[in-house]
This record gives sequence, structure tokens and C-alpha cells, in this order.
Amino acid sequence: MSKTFSIGGIHPDDCKFSRDCPIEDFPIPKRVYISMNQHLGMPAVPVVKKGDPVRVGQLIAEPAGFVSAPVHASVSGTVSDVTPYPDFLGKKVLTVVIDTDGDQWEEGIDRSPEIRHEITSSPEDVFKRISESGIVGLGGAAFPTHVKLTPPEGMKPEYLILNGAECEPYLTADYRLMLEHGQEILLGGELMRRTLGAGVNGIIGIEANKPRAIELMRELTSKSLQWKVVPLKKRYPQGGEKQLIDAVLGRRVASFALPVSTGAIVQNVSTAYAVYEAVQKNKPLISKVLTVSSSDSSIQKNYRFRVGTPIMDILSHAGAMEKDGGLSPQFAKVVNGGPMMGKPVSNLEGPVMKSTSGLLLFTEKETKRKEPGECIRCAKCFEACPMRLQPYLLYQLALAGRTEELEEHRVFDCIECGCCLYTCPAHLPLLDQIRLARNASLKNKRKK
Amino acid sequence: MDKLLVSPAPHLHSKENTRRIMRDVIIALMPSVLVSVYFAGLSALLVVVVSVAGCVLVEHLIVRYLMRKKTTVHDLSAVVTGLILAVNLPVSSPWWMVLIGCIAAIGIAKMTFGGLGHNLFNPALVGRVFLLISFPVQMTNWSVNNSIFSSETWNLPKILLGAQGQLPDAVSGATPLGIIKEGLANGLTMETLSQQYDFSYWQMLFGHIDGSLGEASALAVLVGFAYLLFRKVIKPLIPVSILFTVAVFSAILWLLDPSMNADPLFHLLTGGLLLGAVFMATDYTTSPMSPPGMLIYGVGIGVMTMIIRVWGVYPEGVSFAILFMNALTPLLNKIKPIPYKKEVSRG
Repeated sequence: MSKTFSIGGIHPDDCKFSRDCPIEDFPIPKRVYISMNQHLGMPAVPVVKKGDPVRVGQLIAEPAGFVSAPVHASVSGTVSDVTPYPDFLGKKVLTVVIDTDGDQWEEGIDRSPEIRHEITSSPEDVFKRISESGIVGLGGAAFPTHVKLTPPEGMKPEYLILNGAECEPYLTADYRLMLEHGQEILLGGELMRRTLGAGVNGIIGIEANKPRAIELMRELTSKSLQWKVVPLKKRYPQGGEKQLIDAVLGRRVASFALPVSTGAIVQNVSTAYAVYEAVQKNKPLISKVLTVSSSDSSIQKNYRFRVGTPIMDILSHAGAMEKDGGLSPQFAKVVNGGPMMGKPVSNLEGPVMKSTSGLLLFTEKETKRKEPGECIRCAKCFEACPMRLQPYLLYQLALAGRTEELEEHRVFDCIECGCCLYTCPAHLPLLDQIRLARNASLKNKRKK
Repeated sequence: MDKLLVSPAPHLHSKENTRRIMRDVIIALMPSVLVSVYFAGLSALLVVVVSVAGCVLVEHLIVRYLMRKKTTVHDLSAVVTGLILAVNLPVSSPWWMVLIGCIAAIGIAKMTFGGLGHNLFNPALVGRVFLLISFPVQMTNWSVNNSIFSSETWNLPKILLGAQGQLPDAVSGATPLGIIKEGLANGLTMETLSQQYDFSYWQMLFGHIDGSLGEASALAVLVGFAYLLFRKVIKPLIPVSILFTVAVFSAILWLLDPSMNADPLFHLLTGGLLLGAVFMATDYTTSPMSPPGMLIYGVGIGVMTMIIRVWGVYPEGVSFAILFMNALTPLLNKIKPIPYKKEVSRG
């Protein structure tokens, strides 16, 4: 019996077109743009300046506090600039620009493909390596991993859940990684499990639309006492932290509570792979796997990219760009991430980040919003909401600017999964308004 | 594409739309409409056509010339209202009366409040009740008039099976509910009444014409119900809670005194109960949105229906019961959903 979360959710077509495309190493770009805002929290502080030579894996920025993460050079060459540069949203953020020259790696990084099974580092060393290697949550939120592995005083984790749900349609990066690097993921998970202290059990949650990954992970964990695989029914947003804990353990995270209050810590399988590389191979987080996908069967790939590669380079390698540098005319929208929660790309020259999981191309027909109609109070949004909110009500309150009532109706519980907008037969911009109202109210709070 | 499309997530949509939902309701109503046309001939079709055309026309005129906006009739909601109004009318309704019903339904109950999604009461029911109060004679005249559309000329079963056909006679008087209401009031018992009138549950299930168009066949309504459930247009909670409440309520009365009360099956199959429970009580706009609200709403309709049927002046009370609970819907929508529990649940 497959498990799933208990409230709401939707069943979009999974469109995992690139599931059978092996991970390809993306060619090293001529120039990378490495943003200092790769993670949630304080932006990193650059420690290199214009003209400095750098090697792959060299530290180029230090964390600006505990909730922050260091950044490393993803290519070797010369720092050509340290300057505010527009990211994929067009917003200027401090960026280290490196002109590539060859592929010179820092000493001590093990680039061989052999898997290093024996764990020699102490839990303290593992923790130190994770925070030094710039590892952040690779499921999309990019929250610094070492912070998540440090539960607040008095909270004792009982379970480490590796998130292999990959519930967003189209994306197959985590799936390919599980198939091709299953052992490494498990080793990374084991390393994290040990940092959490004795008695913590490991669980890998995988959705049922990935039977090969479930089978492989089962095989790899068959002799383990601490690890088990939990197959999950296909349902969005199963990969949401709160939904995954509910699905796997049947425990629910209360309003405003940290997920760890249920005794569970969730880490993405890609994060576990990064932890393995950092600890066992001494390799900081400078590359990741992403999915390039569209309804055009010639543009469906899984690439391992260097952080900071311009989106344009990736799209043009995948065949989605015209010779003159414009996007192929069949497509109207590029999405950074999944179709449900990813962000729209407005600047194709912007770079990919540590947590980029996909670049999806949509035609106008697939993605153009329809003219909104009238709410007929069908309650489909309410049924779909995994946080049991009333999106139709929040929408009206947001339009009316009734902040206090919004909070009373738990607007801050919204996880922005997009289920409400996805199901609305009247095509109302439910989530858009809720998001706007919430941001406005957050700003107000900060002022006070 | 020179410019990129930039709109926030989600970037895909379920393709669900209001028009498709309305189309599904129309399809679900078709069995009832077809059965009534089959039994009552073209006079039934006339009521349906006038009602649908009237509702669409009234909405179009109001939106176009009073509100001065783009017409909204393409969302098909006026067609649904027209069909539901039609199945709530006697076959013998004159065309002008149907049209007045359309004006009451769309003009008063729907557009005055701002149109689709804003009305407090079910438009078709407001239309029906308006007619019931204004034209009590015509609204309870279940016989078929002798015009060109009369059942004598157009009754298909009669044509097909001949005069000796097994099917019920097309010209008839009161509804079963009306018969027992009057009979019991005149001091008769259920036993004598059923001997006298020979109520056949088979007929109620498959088809008879004592009643409104849509009351002709319980089975046709159930087929529509199954379709709506299959298409996930409605949830079973509201209809099931109404029918369950009526069944329990009538079972208690029947067990207390079988001679003075009809049995539960009689109550479930007669009148507009099934039609109301499936097509009218489930109207999105006028019914509650959360399961607890739906439950209270359904039970409320069931109880009100039985109170009116047993103790009220009218033989049938589904319309009034639904309208009454429509009025409580905004209040029932204030029920807040239960969030994820405050304390950690160990399930």
C-alpha cells in the first residue's frame, strides 16, 4: 500500500518526458555568473576581487552569518568582475563573474568516479564539511543544510526523510540521480543521519510513478537496519516538507511550527548526493543536475551543470534557441523550476543557481492564463488546498485588503503550491492575490 | 515570440472551466428531460424549450441593456437554470407562465444580485416558487391540456403500444403526495388510500407523469446523479445527507403509526425529492463549501422537507426546504476548517 498525505492535493499529468534520458555533463561555459544570493538567508560576502585567478572548487565567498552559506568557483579562470548583475528574474544581485580558462581543480578534490563507501569522518567533521561546502536544500528552497541539521534546543529528531518524491510534473533530475547515483545518495543520507545523533532512522520517500527508483533503493537498503523505502501515491504537492512528513509518518506539522517539531527532518535526495560529494570526495557544491523539458521531444534532457552557467547557454545547447540569440518561436515562457512552483524567467542571460532543478519551456497555448471569470463557489480550491485553507476567501479578503482577517484565516500557512489556481474553473488568480497580500502584510510587520 | 511571457506560478492549469461544469450538468439533466418528453409528448418539450430560451434571453437582455456589459450567456449557466426550472414545472404549463418563471428566476433571483456566483437563492427554485404562489391552480394541475401538443396526440408509449399499453394513462390528477395529503386530512388511512390508488413503486422509479417534468422518473434522476459523480462535478455528501435524513425521519413516523404515515420508500421516490437533492440542493453558489456545512445543510433540507410534507399546507416541500437552507448558507460558510492540529499528531 502506497502512502500519501491526508489533505487536499491535485493530480496533474506527470509529463516526465525526460525520464529515460541519462544525465549528460553540460560543457563548461565560457563565462559563469555566480550569484551571492544562492541560498535563503544573508547573501555571501565575496573574498575574491577582479583579476584574481581561481580554480574549480576554490572558495570565492564566505557566509555572512549562521543562516548563510559559502560559495565556490564552479570553473577555473580569472575573476573578470564582482558586481551587481541581473539574475534570471532581472533583479540585480551581487555576482562574481569568472572568465573560464581550462578546467583546473583545487588540490584535494577527488574527481574519480569510484564510490567511497567507508565513512571515516566523525559526525562533527561531517557537519563542518557540510557547512564549509556551501550545501543548501536542493529541492528548491535553498535553505542552508547545516542550519536544518541543527534542530533548536529541546527538539530531538527521530527520522531523517530523504525526499525523492519529485512531485512536480516534467522534472526528472532527482529521478535520474537516484537511478545513476543511488549508492552515493544513500551514503550522503547516512552521513547526515549520523550527525543527527543516535537512534535516528532513515526513510526514503519516492512517488509510485518512479517504480525503477523504488526498486533500486529497496535493493540498496535491503541489508540496512536503519534505512527503509516508503513508496508514495502520485499526488502533488507530496514533495512539500509538511506533506511528505504527513505522507511518510502520518504526523502533521502545526501552524507556525518547525517541521522538526514532529521529529522529522527532510532533505532532498540531491542534497544527500551533494553531502556525499562534499564529505567523501571533498568536493564543494559547484554543480547540480537539472531537467530541460518541453512538449517538443527533441528538447528533453538531463544535464549536470556548473553553477552560474547562463540560462541561454543551456537552452541553446538543448536546441531551444534561434541562431540570432532569441528563444525558439514555438515557446513563450521559460520556467526556472517545476511548472507548479517554478519562477518565470524574464532574463535569459541570467545564470542558473545551486538549487535550479529544471528549465522548462512552454508554448503560449500551454501556459497562457485565461481571462478570469466569476467565482461560482464550487469549493474546488478548498478541496485542493493541502493546508486546508479557504483560497476563495483569502482571495476576496486580499482584494479587499483586510489584513487582520487574512491572518485569522491562516494566510501564513499558505505554502504557495499553486493547487488552488490550478483547479479554479473560473481561472481566478487566487494564489497571485494571496501572495501579494501576504508580502504586504509581512512588510508591515517588519516596519512595526 | 519576441517577448517572454512572465506570469507567476503555477504555470499550468487543470483546463477545468465553468462552461464545462455547466455542460456536464446539462448532460446529467438530459435523461430526466427525455423521459418526460417520452411520456408527455411534445408538450413537455415545449415547456423545456420555452424555459431554456426564456432564461437565456432574459439574462442576455439584462446584461446587455441594463448592465451594459458583454453578454455572459455563453457560460451556459442560464441554460442550466432554464432546464432546472422546466423540470420543476407541470407539463401543462402555458408558455407565458413559463416565461414569467424565467423572468423571476434570472431577472430577480440571479441578476439582481450580480449574476453568476453572487445569487443567494437558487434561481430556478425562486422561479418555481414564484409561480407556485402566483398561479397555484396551473402549478398543481398535472393533467395534460388538449392542445396540439396534448398527450393524446403525441404520447409516444401510446402510439407505440396502442391504447391497451401497460404504461400509465397520460391524463391524471393529483400526485401521490397530494393524494395522501388530502386523503389523510379527510380521515382516510394509508391502507385504504393505497387500495384505492395502487401506488406502484416501479412506476415511480421508471416513469409516470403525475408531477413536474423531472419527477417523471426517479431512475432518470439517478442516472444523472451517477454522471455528475463520475465527472466529479458534485460530491455525494449533500444529496446523500438529504435522502438519508428523509428516510430516517419518515421511517420513525411510519414505525410509530403505519396507518397514518407513508413508508420511507414512498417518501424517497415521490415528488421532487430526488430531483431537488441531486440538481438543486447541490448548486455550487447557493450551497455551503465545507463538508460540515454541507452536512448541516443536507440534514436541514431533509428535516424541512418532511415537516412540510407531513404537517404543512403544501403536499410537497423540497423547494421551500432548499430555499430556506440557501438562506443559511452564508452562515454555514463561516464554519472554519480545522487546520493541522496544534499538537503533534501521532497517527
